[in-house]
Amino acid sequence: MRLSLISVVIAIALQLVACGDVYNNPYTSVSDDKIIYYSHFQEPPKHLDPAISYASDESLFISQIYEPPLGYHFLKRPYVLKTMAASEVPEITPLNADMEKVEEGSDQIAFTRFTIRIEPELRYQPHPAFAKKSDGSPLYIFENAASSENFKVIADFPETSSRLVHANDFIYQIKRLADPKNKSPMLGFMAQYIVGMREFSQQLGKIERNGWVNLDNHDMEGLEVIDDNTYSILINGSYPQFTYWLALHFFAPVPPEVDQFFHNPGFKEKNLTLDWYPVGTGAFMMTKNDPNSQIVLERNPNFRLEYYPKEGEEGDRELGYLEDAGKQIPFVDKAIFSLEKELLPMWTKFLQGYYDRSGEGHSNTHKFFDQAFVIGPNGLEMSEEMKSHDLTVTTESKPGTHYYGFNMLDPVLGGYTEERRKLRQALSIAFNIEDEIDIFHKGTSLPAHSPIPPGIPGYLEGEEGINPYVYDWVDGAPKRKPIEHAKKLLAEAGYPNGREAKTGKPLTIYLDVQARATTPDKQDWQRQQFEKLGVQLEFRSTDWNRFREKLLTGNTQIYTHGWLADYPDPENFLFLLYSPESPLICKCDGANNSNYANDEYDALFEKMRVMEPSPEREAIVAQMLDILRRDAVWMTGYHPLDNYLNNPWLFNAKRHGISKTFLKYVRVDSELRRQKRADWNQPVIWPVVTLGIFVILLFIPAVRAYRRRQNMTIH
Amino acid sequence: MKIVVLWSDALIFLLVAVIATFFWNMRKDKILTERWRQVFSSRLGMVAFVVIASYILIALLDSLHFRKALEPVEGQPADQVFYENRATSVLDVLMGDMADENERTYSAPFSLKSFEKVNMKADDGSSIRDFPPLVHAGKHLDDPADKPADIVKQTFIALIIAIVVCAFWIGPQWYFLRNSELPWKSAWIAQAVIILVFVWLIYVGNLYHVLGTDKAGNDVLYKSIKGIRTGVLLGTLATLVMLPIAVTLGVCAGYFKGWVDDIVQYLYTTLSSIPGILLIAASVLLFQVYIDLNPDFFTIGLQKADARFVGLCFILGVTSWATLCRLVRAETLKISQLEYVQAAHAFGVSNYRIIKRHILPNLTHIILITFVLDFSALVLAEAVLSYIGVGVDPAMTSWGNMINEAREELSQEPAIWWTLAGAFFFMFTLVLAANLFSDLVRDAFDPKTVDGGAKA
Amino acid sequence: MFAYIVRRLIYAIPILIGVNLLTFVLFFVVNSPEDMARSQLGEKYVTAEAIENWKKENGYDKPLFFNESNKGLSSVTETIFYTKSVRLFMLDFGQSESGRDITADVAQRMWPSLALALPTFAIGIWTNICVALLVVMFRGTALDRGAVVLFVGLMSISYLFYIIGGQYLIAKMWRLVPISGFDASIHAWKFLILPIVIGVISGIGAGARWYRTLFLEVSHQDYIRTARSKGLSEITILFKHVLPNALIPILTGVVVVIPLLFMGSLVMESFFGIPGLGSYMLDSIERQDFAVVRSMVFIGSILYIIGLILTDISYTWADPRVRLN
Repeated sequence: MRLSLISVVIAIALQLVACGDVYNNPYTSVSDDKIIYYSHFQEPPKHLDPAISYASDESLFISQIYEPPLGYHFLKRPYVLKTMAASEVPEITPLNADMEKVEEGSDQIAFTRFTIRIEPELRYQPHPAFAKKSDGSPLYIFENAASSENFKVIADFPETSSRLVHANDFIYQIKRLADPKNKSPMLGFMAQYIVGMREFSQQLGKIERNGWVNLDNHDMEGLEVIDDNTYSILINGSYPQFTYWLALHFFAPVPPEVDQFFHNPGFKEKNLTLDWYPVGTGAFMMTKNDPNSQIVLERNPNFRLEYYPKEGEEGDRELGYLEDAGKQIPFVDKAIFSLEKELLPMWTKFLQGYYDRSGEGHSNTHKFFDQAFVIGPNGLEMSEEMKSHDLTVTTESKPGTHYYGFNMLDPVLGGYTEERRKLRQALSIAFNIEDEIDIFHKGTSLPAHSPIPPGIPGYLEGEEGINPYVYDWVDGAPKRKPIEHAKKLLAEAGYPNGREAKTGKPLTIYLDVQARATTPDKQDWQRQQFEKLGVQLEFRSTDWNRFREKLLTGNTQIYTHGWLADYPDPENFLFLLYSPESPLICKCDGANNSNYANDEYDALFEKMRVMEPSPEREAIVAQMLDILRRDAVWMTGYHPLDNYLNNPWLFNAKRHGISKTFLKYVRVDSELRRQKRADWNQPVIWPVVTLGIFVILLFIPAVRAYRRRQNMTIH
Repeated sequence: MKIVVLWSDALIFLLVAVIATFFWNMRKDKILTERWRQVFSSRLGMVAFVVIASYILIALLDSLHFRKALEPVEGQPADQVFYENRATSVLDVLMGDMADENERTYSAPFSLKSFEKVNMKADDGSSIRDFPPLVHAGKHLDDPADKPADIVKQTFIALIIAIVVCAFWIGPQWYFLRNSELPWKSAWIAQAVIILVFVWLIYVGNLYHVLGTDKAGNDVLYKSIKGIRTGVLLGTLATLVMLPIAVTLGVCAGYFKGWVDDIVQYLYTTLSSIPGILLIAASVLLFQVYIDLNPDFFTIGLQKADARFVGLCFILGVTSWATLCRLVRAETLKISQLEYVQAAHAFGVSNYRIIKRHILPNLTHIILITFVLDFSALVLAEAVLSYIGVGVDPAMTSWGNMINEAREELSQEPAIWWTLAGAFFFMFTLVLAANLFSDLVRDAFDPKTVDGGAKA
Repeated sequence: MFAYIVRRLIYAIPILIGVNLLTFVLFFVVNSPEDMARSQLGEKYVTAEAIENWKKENGYDKPLFFNESNKGLSSVTETIFYTKSVRLFMLDFGQSESGRDITADVAQRMWPSLALALPTFAIGIWTNICVALLVVMFRGTALDRGAVVLFVGLMSISYLFYIIGGQYLIAKMWRLVPISGFDASIHAWKFLILPIVIGVISGIGAGARWYRTLFLEVSHQDYIRTARSKGLSEITILFKHVLPNALIPILTGVVVVIPLLFMGSLVMESFFGIPGLGSYMLDSIERQDFAVVRSMVFIGSILYIIGLILTDISYTWADPRVRLN
């Protein structure tokens, strides 16, 4: 005890000598002449290859580096697409079976051609893969693993170079999606749409491989390079949503030389892969990738001229989001992301000023603050300590829905009879999602009245947007119907007081949840919701794999699930209940886990799917939502609403629900940060000093006792 | 009312029966009785034993489960009774309404108000935002300002009840044992203190939330007390489960030698060379999958959690099995070399009889020491396993689960410390008592220390 | 000696096969290759085609233990178990399910683990021995009894409390060190000091108590009494006579864990964000990355066996009467 305490004292004394006035700065060896953005990530990214990655944690990095043809406007809401790598909006040409141009909306459409013109001045970041010998052949191509032995990480290659983006690089990447070796999650889905993708994939699967396969030597039917800056993609039938897909990193350019470079012999064994070291055209490039502790992005010197947007959503000017309008971006030179798995250190570092904002992928505020951070009726409430930090708040409404779904095939709750509908409606009323939001999300979510979240066309504010089977419109706000109404419905459904009318047997309902998504206190609370009706609730919580299996085989009763949109179109939500998407019908990992099958709904869906946005389309969507509410396919749900806290030196921190391309827009006041960090991190030394003195005091009696013992005589 | 016997309930009572028979048989054995006398002749041993015994008593009371009947409704056949889908234990009954006195969410110890503001309507109809009063805590008070005085008053009442209980509980003991030379006085004082503490906790705990409430508004004191069963059962059942395997294999290896020995050695080296945590994680997942795939075996949720719990005990037993097996094997090897065992062999006494008569009785001290030593280690291990996510079912109250929740609560602003405090207090007391007791048991039974002590 | 080590190493092979078999059984009962494919491919738009493709590319499209469609030897070799474990024995760990090279990862993550585990281990032993000697010096006094109670008290506190409490007080309230993180440079000490201090303090209870018993046993020996009767000072006796003689049990108890230090500490590393092998293991359990779990179990078993052999060798070294044959 004594010695370890001394070692603490010594160590801390050493620290006193070693650094300045702040001891807990987690950043070492960082030069001050650059403007740095400090942040963190919760999960180490598994994939950074734009053909493979499909997780939101990963898009935090990928979106800063890769540029697909289209992107989203940083400020405007509802979400608006803008050009990114493309120089203009893709040209869409409907074609008939003979490849002749036809009218839009014609029933002869057999194919659609997307023609994309790219920005002519688009350049890649400096990278060794572009370095050339004097004869023009690539410099870093090795015969065998031994000759590249000295290169361990990407920074070990001294020579780098760059080049302009060619239209073929986009085509090359689409071929990479099709290459079975890359195991792209998009392969199966995109093969339904892109002409020739499936055949191409099968053809590649058959060839002999030894090292790099140049995909340029293999042709894919639906892709065509028209000139250096133009290419086209041919789609089966009509699929207007494909434009949105062009805003995802799957369609960003990947140059063949980079692919070749990373297929050098022995590179994979050193984890030198495209999956680890992205190469893009975006505002930033990755200069350090140690996903187990730190990832560093630096400004791409070859980034084209781009300016901060001049217009935004209503209210953006007041929030200061337009102060930098028209200035050249990016504002920061470097971004340091540190791995932070645990929440206590994450919050502590944020409040100590070592992270510029409270989260990247998810804000976590609702999990963490009680009195400190609550969304009340008067807006936001913060604790005194947090107020003293002058934090600002950014709210992000994610285009997503978390829901409790009924399995429509379930013998007790499923089915389409009036009784079953009433039963489900009764449960919907009893399950007070507003309470769940208050208790478990600190008030930072919106109760869902339909699958469609705010910000997506089809979401309606006000009275016409409420679910009339669960809510009443009272005094200008939705009000949950009284529990008596639910009891009445339940009695009409054949379960008075929660007991089966004939036998008196209590109605027991099973909630299928994923074990990690639930906690005992949440289960307690959920049980209480049904107790209000006298209905018993049991939990079948399982691990993710088993949960997935139950969904795929239709072995659920009530399940919880969530959906985050890939693009801002109601189709991306309404397809969740389209009957061919039911796993039992399509024999695939379909998304209609409720196994809902309603012919009327399906017909409307098929109609709206191929329509361009228009009032008629919105009318159809409204009609579809009405059907869903009447059938009560989903018990209830909420739309996540995240609040991110920003330290006072961070500007332009607006959040975009879909796109994560934010880094080039944010601005940091380094001087203010330096001051605040010094203010907030004054160490408390007295406990250590007291402890040291206490230990020294302990020594005195010990030494005396020892002396006495030494001089003791035996009688 | 319908009695529910969980697997772990059955096992714990089996264990109690085994231990009781063990002691009953032991009473004739002079040496063993003498050694136990040595354990209990120290005051510390007495106190530690009393603490452990009270924990075990609580665990046993919490292991008698039943389901309450639901009120019959109209149209229900008269002979048909339906039951609640949760199990209640005798302990729950003894603790009064603590289980059902749920608040909405967090509240601090002894607080009358919630920890979280909500929107309320003021008397004049305007909407205000404030900490709402708790539903259950202090509802007997007319004026919240009376709280301090009331706590003193209630404490006084609890004290009187406790003294009465003590008189009935300790009085007979005193009458029968007053002439014993063992330090019973310490035991009585310890018992009195424990009774006092528990009576006070339960009595006042029914009026206030002594340790506050957790996120879902459950009483933390109630949870901490419910955690006792999980801790005690895990500590004992894991050993119970592995004991037969370890002893059988160890004795076989040491006695028969040859290929049997090779196989047993191979088994335990293999098992112990797998990093324990990975083995536990994989096995717990395995159990969980089995439970998930057979939901029909379990009528109520508690049974599922219990199945996983028994599985966890089993797998913890398996991982700690190797050590005991090694010890038993070594000891058997030594004993079977002794002359009288060799002589028994020469006389043609059957192997079974030799093992039963000569070997097993000489292994008791090893088993006993392992049992008490492992106990506290297992209780502590549960917390770490829960942190990694492979501990007991999250639905089952345990100190490990509480600590796990508390980790996040501590980083809140202001920090919520009472869950951690509750788990810490109850866990620390048990482990400390167990450690002290196991020290004494080891001193008394381990031949090494017995000799060493004699020399000193 | 050499022959002995070789024999022990050969004996290790069936153990490693057994370990491997057990991991396979445990993991594949829980997770089918489909499950693994799904968890790697994500949640959205997964098609049966993609799953089949993933299995094929990662070598999970074969039967688990026995291939009925093949004859002769290949019915055993054309299986997941055979193809995956043979490579392990060549110490070729291959790639994780997400496509990273495991050997490279292990080589990289070993150092942070060691940087934490070695100092904790060394300082821990040193502290424990010092404290124990100090206590033994006062044996039989109230100080000794008090210390023993304190030790038992310290060891009755769950490891998690030390970590949670230490992190909360020292890093959050007093702001003396960074609360978590790691730096692969010379600055690593800044991040390591808190976990090391916590690791050492949490080990004092059990450690010092154990060493105290050892020292007491030795100090009851006759030669110590002789030394004492010669009038040697207590300190001389402790350091010259008691400590060297107690080294044998200390050494043999300690050697077995040294190789396992490589594996790092699961809980410590994840609390303090140290990117070592402990957190690697935890991550792979969470992600159900079977390739990594399998490799880590294999490495762990090898290290354990090395530990056993080292213990035997250290016996001969510490006690000349012991011979290996």
